[in-house]
Amino acid sequence: MEKKINDNDVLLDCRNVWKIFGARAPAAVKAVSERGLSKKQVLQDFDCVVGVADASLQLRRGEIFCVMGLSGSGKSTLVRLFNRLIEPSLGTITVKGREISALKPAELREMRANTIGMVFQSVALLPYRTVLENAAFGLEVRGIAREQRNEIALAALGKVGLSDWTARYPSELSGGMQQRVGLARALAADPEIILMDEPFSALDPLIRRQLQDEFRQLTKSLGKSSVFITHDLDEAIRIGDRIAIMKDGVIVQVGTAEEIVTRPADDYVADFVAGISRIHLVKAHSVMKPVAEFRAAHPNCDVDALLRTTPDADIGELIDLTMQSDRDAVAVVHDGKVVGVVTARGLLRGVAGSPAEARAAA
Amino acid sequence: MNFELLLFSPGAYLAPAVDWLNANFHPFFDAVSKAVESVLVAFESALLYPPAYVVITVAVLAAAYFTTVRVALVVLVSLGFCLLAGLWTACMQTVALVVVAVFVSVLIAFPLGVLASRHKRLEAGLRPILDVMQTVPPWVYLIPAVMVFSLGRVPATIATIVYGIPPMLRLTTLAFNQVPKPLVEMGQAIGAPTRSILFKIEIPSAMPTLIVGLNQCILLSLAMVVLAGLVGGGGLGAEVTRGLTRMEMGLGLRAGLSIVAVAILLDRVSKGALQSRRRRLG
Repeated sequence: MEKKINDNDVLLDCRNVWKIFGARAPAAVKAVSERGLSKKQVLQDFDCVVGVADASLQLRRGEIFCVMGLSGSGKSTLVRLFNRLIEPSLGTITVKGREISALKPAELREMRANTIGMVFQSVALLPYRTVLENAAFGLEVRGIAREQRNEIALAALGKVGLSDWTARYPSELSGGMQQRVGLARALAADPEIILMDEPFSALDPLIRRQLQDEFRQLTKSLGKSSVFITHDLDEAIRIGDRIAIMKDGVIVQVGTAEEIVTRPADDYVADFVAGISRIHLVKAHSVMKPVAEFRAAHPNCDVDALLRTTPDADIGELIDLTMQSDRDAVAVVHDGKVVGVVTARGLLRGVAGSPAEARAAA
Repeated sequence: MNFELLLFSPGAYLAPAVDWLNANFHPFFDAVSKAVESVLVAFESALLYPPAYVVITVAVLAAAYFTTVRVALVVLVSLGFCLLAGLWTACMQTVALVVVAVFVSVLIAFPLGVLASRHKRLEAGLRPILDVMQTVPPWVYLIPAVMVFSLGRVPATIATIVYGIPPMLRLTTLAFNQVPKPLVEMGQAIGAPTRSILFKIEIPSAMPTLIVGLNQCILLSLAMVVLAGLVGGGGLGAEVTRGLTRMEMGLGLRAGLSIVAVAILLDRVSKGALQSRRRRLG
């Protein structure tokens, strides 16, 4: 499945990054890099808290990468390392081929202004400025003339559906609308990467879902890439092309929603995904049987007469097909060749998930 | 054991220090003195040269244009009172002295206050100094000021400046500590230079508390100006002193109420000016 990744396609590359907080952090960092201490040892020996431990991930062009973790898992620290709001203790972070810890202050500002946008949970709108002035703020501090920056900000507000609210003040807007202004402010700078730090966490469920869909659509249509921080697995699955699960500063697993749900890396992730509906996550390729095995079990069944589908059809579609068919199986076709068969038993297994499946994958 | 040995008199060390400064840095103090004096004189004559009604008209119109009609009304009533109380000259002298003193106080206290909010050690170091400055009776400030600058308006101004610094400094630090951290982080994340973060995020967010600081600075300066009447600072302070020494109830009361009028005038005008600036920005 995994395509070969071209280096040009990696916008943000984070390798073995640590962030250690505390008075004796430098000594702890030295101990980690020389002796490979664990987080627990760092806390015991140096009284330092490890915010992020040995994190590695790559953001590819055009991808929405979700980092999911509970509060205190280090996800907000991690995202702040990507635009150097927090300096990493160890490891390298490369944005578009440039190592950001080597940037001079002016270059760093330039990169934050042009390449990496950020949207905050707290929205961080300036209360004494109108919606338009807030959306144009990033351009204003870069010294872009009023006419031009207002035009760009207006276009950005149009994209998030706030064209009619430009002259209002943030306090006159609902929480969801305020967060749209935050997004418009980030979009106005036209960055390639948008860091989203739990942007929708404080919103009520309906608005949240609406904004999630809009965000995904907007990001894809504008060709942006995004690192999206969330504590909500449903949100991560809804928005993310790939998901990283974080626990206590460690990235436990990285994969697509399907990979994480069907093959959780450990009990922690398994617990997390236990309640997730698999109907739209699990795809035909992970529940199908090899053709030979199917033929052996059902000698009278003609595989070529079965209804056909693609390996990417999800369980919902497979159930629909099975219901339409007079047989209990659907053939999976890839490049004009039957590559497997999904039986009714396979579907049930796919919906319920199985402990064996996780073990087999690991 | 002799108790006398334990007696402590900081003045015994400070007085020679002031004398030494006076002897060795006389040209410096002389220059400061001349500078303060000339600024004061220029400001005073600008206020006193035209007839009173012209000054009042210009002030009211300016207030109406730059701030609000309400502020303009306050300007009219307070200046009108000063004129009708027969203390126009003294009032203008006091206004000039307070405005200059407050301006210099803010010039010193504001940057220090910002630095103190950024560097906790500086804040901790400044705190006891400010405590002393605020608790020592203001009369005491006048002594070294007079020793160095002799009698007149200059020591009055200098003592007023020193007295106005602590409230402004404290409230500036408080105001900057209260700026919401996410806003500053947002400024950094969009690549704003430090200067833009200061002027476009921190100062506007801190403005309500800064206005309180300025208000305190003005009121304390006015209180000091009255004391400064004792050392020949002139203005309303001199009138109050005269009223007291001659037991003239009428003069004392008129001068006292004029001080209230000047206080209200300066407070409302400064507040109005800063708030309208905010509105224009926002």
